[in-house]
Amino acid sequence: MSYTAWILLTASLVGVSCGLVGVLLILRRMAMMADAISHTVLLGIVVAYLVTLQLSGIHMFIGAVVAGLLTAVLVQWFHQLGVQQEASIGIVFTTLFAIGVILIATKAGNAHLDVQHSLMGEITFIPWNKVLLPLVGEVPKAIISLVIVLIVILTVLLLFYKEWKLTSFDAVFAASIGIPVTLMHYVFMSLVSITSVAAFDAVGAILVIAMLITPASAAYLWTDKLSIMLVLSSIFGIISAFSGYYMAVLLDTSISGAMALATGIIFLISFIGAPRHGVIAKHRRGHAKSTATIN
Amino acid sequence: MNFLSYNAQWVLLSTLLLGMAAGVVGVLSYWKRQSLMSDTLSHAALPGVVLGFIAVGTKQLPAMLIGAAISALIGAWLVQWIRSSSRVKEDAAMGIVLSVFFGLGIMLLTYANRMPGGGQSGLDNFIFGQAASMVRSDVMLLTILAISVIVLVYLFFKEWKLALFDPSYAQGLGLSVKSMNILYTSLLVLVIVIGIQAVGVILIAALIIIPAVSARYWTDSFGRMLVLSAIFGGGAGVCGTLLSTLGKGWPTGPFIVVAAAAMFVISLLLGTSKGLLVILYQRKRAQLKRQNTILAEQAVEGGRG
Repeated sequence: MSYTAWILLTASLVGVSCGLVGVLLILRRMAMMADAISHTVLLGIVVAYLVTLQLSGIHMFIGAVVAGLLTAVLVQWFHQLGVQQEASIGIVFTTLFAIGVILIATKAGNAHLDVQHSLMGEITFIPWNKVLLPLVGEVPKAIISLVIVLIVILTVLLLFYKEWKLTSFDAVFAASIGIPVTLMHYVFMSLVSITSVAAFDAVGAILVIAMLITPASAAYLWTDKLSIMLVLSSIFGIISAFSGYYMAVLLDTSISGAMALATGIIFLISFIGAPRHGVIAKHRRGHAKSTATIN
Repeated sequence: MNFLSYNAQWVLLSTLLLGMAAGVVGVLSYWKRQSLMSDTLSHAALPGVVLGFIAVGTKQLPAMLIGAAISALIGAWLVQWIRSSSRVKEDAAMGIVLSVFFGLGIMLLTYANRMPGGGQSGLDNFIFGQAASMVRSDVMLLTILAISVIVLVYLFFKEWKLALFDPSYAQGLGLSVKSMNILYTSLLVLVIVIGIQAVGVILIAALIIIPAVSARYWTDSFGRMLVLSAIFGGGAGVCGTLLSTLGKGWPTGPFIVVAAAAMFVISLLLGTSKGLLVILYQRKRAQLKRQNTILAEQAVEGGRG
């Protein structure tokens, strides 16, 4: 496969994984938790690096999941102690992220980790870092971890599809019929963490948020059905990946930045033009209603 | 080490005032329950900073600050618009604006770094903050802006109190809640803009959120909370700046945040109003009291028997 094809495949895998997880984030109204976790994953990666002195896959994943769960637990704990939910998120993630940045700047800097990379990703380097796999041939390492993460997400999502649906739409009812809501919350937070860390290499900490939240929000404007929302969100993720890449090549600028902008454009189109929930449709309906009352 | 040089003293003064300004505006955000809005707006300021640089061609702070303010205000307006005219919730709207604006900012930054003189302009410092990179005229400008934020909050103290805690009564008195909201958003944007150079776009939100929450653990009064939050914010600004001068090229922002977080942990444990130790003590005392009454009742019953 060519260099460009590998990059597009990486970005599309990021788009699909984030798109799927993002739908649940939107429905559970936890968009800002994604913001928090995508930042704190950095601390997990840095600590894993400082402990093992290598940037290989499994250590990073363990570090990221620990950091993600730590974020979720701390936010919950401070909230129980009387801090507003929003403020609690704000305190926890900025502090953990700041510690991560300090560790990079003072200890881990100039190695394979640098602050720039962790924020914006280095998708252009991904095709160079390959390993040989039986049957498939040479595959970039990042693609392998992204595929594994996608399989994990799909498995967890499909195995417990009904449970996810219930806990996302009506958590109180779900709890009343005996679904372990808290356990599912932490499983979900782990999913967000591994998705963030897999996407981290490609698009960096901040732009993971764009891929997680924006395509899913756009899909939310087109449909009410969970299954269609999941499919649409993944498709939007892939379209953002492709259009972002070509936009970046055309303008000779940051690929991850352009992908984030592409998700924004897709959202804007949906926001204005989506049937029923778009601005134009709403305006028309409002208009029809007012003329109807006049008549 | 030269942190007591003339220039460094000015830098310290400006981070002190920045921390105080962020602290008082943070109290307003806290009671409006809009803590994460500051995070959104600070990320949304990045494209404006870079466009300000591109428009002028050299690193001129005023142009960049105006750019930052405009793009943060557009961000605020977009969040409001998405929230009010679609079914997308506020948190998702904030996430969208935050990440898409930041992506655009990164695109522009990549472009600006290729411009002649762009690579050495230290634009990257705006992401994590580099207080030491401020020159004398920057410091003066930021100091004046920070003081005006503090003065504006102080001047409208009564109005803030009314608008935050009893909006319907405020409206009855003829106080326009809408114009108070506009003033609030302007102050928030102003603090973010002032803080971008010293703390950076990513972490300035922490300086707005953390001191206010910490102050909440010491008092229930709005006025005292403002004073305490300003002290915590200013303290975090000074401590963080001093810490970051200990190493060469260390970013200022993260150290300021960690200093603020340390104050939060202390407040959480020791705070006299809602601190953990106070609550534990009260619980213990209530328990003892209950045990004593039970014992007393038993004694009375025993006497009867």
